[in-house]
This record gives sequence, structure tokens and C-alpha cells, in this order.
Amino acid sequence: MIITLDHYLIVAALLFTIGSFGIFLNRRNVIVILMSLELILLAVNINFIAFSQSLGDLVGQVFTFFVLTVAAAESAIGLAIFVVYFRNRGDIYVGDTPIMKG
Amino acid sequence: MTSFYWPDFTLILPEMILVFSALLILMEGAFLKQVSFRHSVHCGTLALGLSLGLCLFQFETGQTWVTFEGQIKQDDFIFFAKILVLAGATATLSMSLPSMIKENLSRVEYPPLVLFATLGMLLMVEANDFLILFIGLEMQGLSLYVLAALHREHLRVSEAALKYFILGAFATGLFLYGISLIYGFSGATNFEVIASVIRTESINALPLGLFVGLVFVMAALAFKVSAVPFHMWTPDVYEGCPTPITAFIGGVPKVAAMVVFLRLLLSPFILLYGEWYSLIIFLSMASMVVGAFAALRQTNLKRLLGYSAIGQMGYVLMGVAAGNSEGAQAVFVYLTLYLVMFIGTFACLLSLKGKTPEGVQDIEDLKGIATLHPKLSFILAVFMFSLAGIPPLGGFFAKLYVFKAAIAAELFWLAIVGVLTSVVAAYYYLKIVKAMYFDDLPETPAPSHGQLLVLSAEITVVLNICAAIILLFFMFPNVVLEMAQRAAFALRI
Repeated sequence: MIITLDHYLIVAALLFTIGSFGIFLNRRNVIVILMSLELILLAVNINFIAFSQSLGDLVGQVFTFFVLTVAAAESAIGLAIFVVYFRNRGDIYVGDTPIMKG
Repeated sequence: MTSFYWPDFTLILPEMILVFSALLILMEGAFLKQVSFRHSVHCGTLALGLSLGLCLFQFETGQTWVTFEGQIKQDDFIFFAKILVLAGATATLSMSLPSMIKENLSRVEYPPLVLFATLGMLLMVEANDFLILFIGLEMQGLSLYVLAALHREHLRVSEAALKYFILGAFATGLFLYGISLIYGFSGATNFEVIASVIRTESINALPLGLFVGLVFVMAALAFKVSAVPFHMWTPDVYEGCPTPITAFIGGVPKVAAMVVFLRLLLSPFILLYGEWYSLIIFLSMASMVVGAFAALRQTNLKRLLGYSAIGQMGYVLMGVAAGNSEGAQAVFVYLTLYLVMFIGTFACLLSLKGKTPEGVQDIEDLKGIATLHPKLSFILAVFMFSLAGIPPLGGFFAKLYVFKAAIAAELFWLAIVGVLTSVVAAYYYLKIVKAMYFDDLPETPAPSHGQLLVLSAEITVVLNICAAIILLFFMFPNVVLEMAQRAAFALRI
């Protein structure tokens, strides 16, 4: 079987969907949310690299480096906020702070 | 051998001032033994003011520069947006000083964070490439998450910051996924290249992936401007954060995100107008309706203002939906006046004490203060009337131009919904005026009820300028109108 661009895009789309569900259906743990966010950024990176390869254009790969860097910064800040949250609450459950409630 | 390309640094002088002063203040705070919070806030304000002056100086040249290998663009549209961002940031940073000290938030990292967030907004606005746009968006986003969590000891604050962070990071994910699709199906991340790809193909021949990517990007930007159905974070963050920080998070970043929204849709993607305008109409209508109805039952003043901001963004989106330069002009006029009203309202809230000595929280805290502080109550009433859109105040004209643009673009239903929801919204703005003027002081008021916080000269200046702009707009509308027209003209639709 030849792995084409479509296969990569499908994998990325699946990862993106899993990540999104992980954020919005998750009722347990903040760390799982952070993992889901990373999963979404990973999907984006796969997309970028697959497109970059099929277009023969380097911009996509350069973009990936920037996404990686920003993802690291984001999880650093995210973890810092989680620590503050944990100190005030004593746990990291998000069950009673529903994310979707307006 | 390729020659080394030396970019024109004078074009990004305002940004360089912000970077260096932010780093300087940070280093000062880290290494000097005694640095007063007051001093660093003043330095930050000075840097913002200096950049603002430079941008004012560059405005109205009518020229377009593209520099840094086509990554950054400067024209009148962008200068106007930068002026709005910098003016708003200068005002909010300078007026936050006394209440930051009152709330025990006098940390030296506060002014550099504001400067970095402002820098991110400037980059967002002037980006000519999705890469720079993404970096700018993240720079402001990450700084704002930290600002939101600055009050480390309170559970409410950390819950609000957590929600803000998770939804903001998710929006970033959506944004990037959208960019990756746009990149894949147009072969570029540069706005001008994307525009030329769209121009050369017929709309029907364009790959579906491009539209899907655009929808993702629009959803992410809707998060940033807090348009319904992506508004979940707004009321919580407004309510949870300390008032001076809410004044920053709620005001300037939304203006910057809205400008980016406008520029993306009207500059590279204008030929896809037929595809995106129905989405913008939906966002606009939903925001106006939710902003009007959800705020009715709020008693917390800051939460109410959060819903009000959602509604106001709905009106701005109406101008975007028009999709022409008249609409763009209306958007700019609206954003200018909204920023003035928003900052003015928060300047009023920052100068009063409520039940708690930290500041006003609930509408109850304003009961009967008109007898104690006639001038302050008058100014707050002016802002409320203006937000409700009552002539002859500035807010009325802002709405008028947006409605005019929508009707000229034959979006009649949108304009009708806009007028109806603004009538509903007037109820809660007037409720605040009623509390100030027609309610008696509570019989057993909290000891701090109706007392003034320490009024700094900056708050007084900001208040007076904002009030003057709103009150006198109808006498000199051309100042703002012409600037907005120049800005819209630079889009060359």
C-alpha cells in the first residue's frame, strides 16, 4: 500500500478530533486537557509536514518549528496556571467548573 | 550567492521600543534590589506613549510598505489599528496603578506583561503572513493568560484564568489547523500570495479544503473577539479577574482581534465573500441576541459588562458582514468609540469602592452614589447612555454607521435584529443609571460604600478625555470618520 497525502490528512484529522473531544467531554482532570491540547497541535504539525512534502515547499516545515516552540511555551504557562489552581482548590478536577458554561 | 537582505528597521520602531523597554523593566525588577512598582508602571506607560507618538507620526502617509521578506506590512489601515491598540494600552496601564497597589498586585512583572501583550497585538495587526499572525496572536495570548492569573491567592481568579487558558489554547489549535489547511490547498502562507491564488482560479475550481481552513480560522478569531457561540470565557474572565486587569483583557485585545478579522476577510479572502458572509451574519446575530438577553438577569456589574461586550462585538461584526470599504470604515468608527466607552466605564469602576474596599463588584454598590459624587456618576451615566446608543452621544453614531453599512449591503434582517436587540440592551444599561440616580443609599451601607479609592491624576485624565470624546463626537465627527475612511481606503477593496 502506498501512503499518500490523504492518509496523513486523515490521521491528523482524527488526532484533532480526539483532542477536541478530550477537552470538551473531559470531566475529570486538568492534565488530560493539557494532553488534548498537545494532541491538537500535533495534528497541526502532521498536516503541515505532509503538505510541505507534497507541495515541495519548505514553509510548512518552518511553520512546524514555530508551532513546536509555541506549544512548549503554552504548556509551560498552562502548567503554571494549573499549579495555581491546585494550590487554591487542593485538587485538579474540573467537574464542577464546567468549561462550556457561559 | 544570495545577497543578504537587510530589512528596514525604522518601520518597526514602535515595536522595538516596546521590546527593549519591556526587557529593561523586567531586568530592573529581577536584578536591582529596590524597584518601586510605581516606577516600572510609569516606565511602561512612557514606552507605550512613545510608540503611540511614533505611530501617529507615521499615519496618513497613504503609502504601503512591505518589509521583512513580505512578512510585515504597514499602511494606513494598520497604522490606525496600531494607534487604537497603543492608545488603549497606554490608558489602561496608566490608570491601573492605584488599584493594582490596593489589591496587593504590585508585582514588577505586570507592566512588562502588558507591554509584551501589546507587542503581540501590534504584530498581529501588521502581519502579512500567517506565520507572523500566529506568533503575534500567541504572544498576546500567553501574556494575557498570565495577567489573568496574576492574583494567585484567589480561587475565583485561578478558575477564570484556567478557563481562559484552556479555551484560548483550543482556539489557537483551531487557528493553526485552519492555517495548515489553507497552506496545503493554496500553497502559501503569505496573504498576498493566497489572494493571488484565489484571484487566478474561479471560485468553483477552488479546493474545498481552502474553505474549511477559512472556517476554522474564523472560528478561532471569533473566540478571540468573544462572538457567540464562542463566548463562554468572557463573563467568567470579566467577573473573576481584578478590575484593572479586566480593563486590559477586555478592551484592547478584542480590538486587535477584530481588526485582524476584518483584514483577513476583506483583504486575502474578499473574493470568497459569497462563502463567508452568511457565517459572519450568524455570529453577529447570535452575539447581539445573547449579549442583550443574557445580561438582563446579571447583578454583578463586571459580568454584565462582559455580556455587554459580547453584544457590542455583534454590532461590529455587522460592519464586517457588509464586506465593503463602507463597512470597514464603520467597523473602525465603532471600534474607536467602543474602546473609549469601555475604558471610560472601567476608569469609573476603578475610582470607586464597593462592599469590599477593593472596588465595585455589583450594581448594588452603585446605589445612590449620585448624591455623593455627582460628577463621577454623570460621567458613568454618559458612558451607559452611549453604550445603549442614545443620541447625541458617540455610541449612537457608532451604531448608526454600522447599520447604514449593513443596509447599504442589503443585509436588512441583520440591521433589524440589531435595532431590536439594542432596545433590549438599553434596559440593563439604564438599570445602572437608575441605581445611581434614583435608588436611595442603602440604609445600613457597608462602611466603604460609595467611597472613592485614591484618585490618581491618570484616572482623572483618562476619564475626562473619554467623556469628552463621547460627549463631543457629534460636533467633530469628521476627525474619526476621516481617519477611518483613510484606513478603509488602504484596504483597496
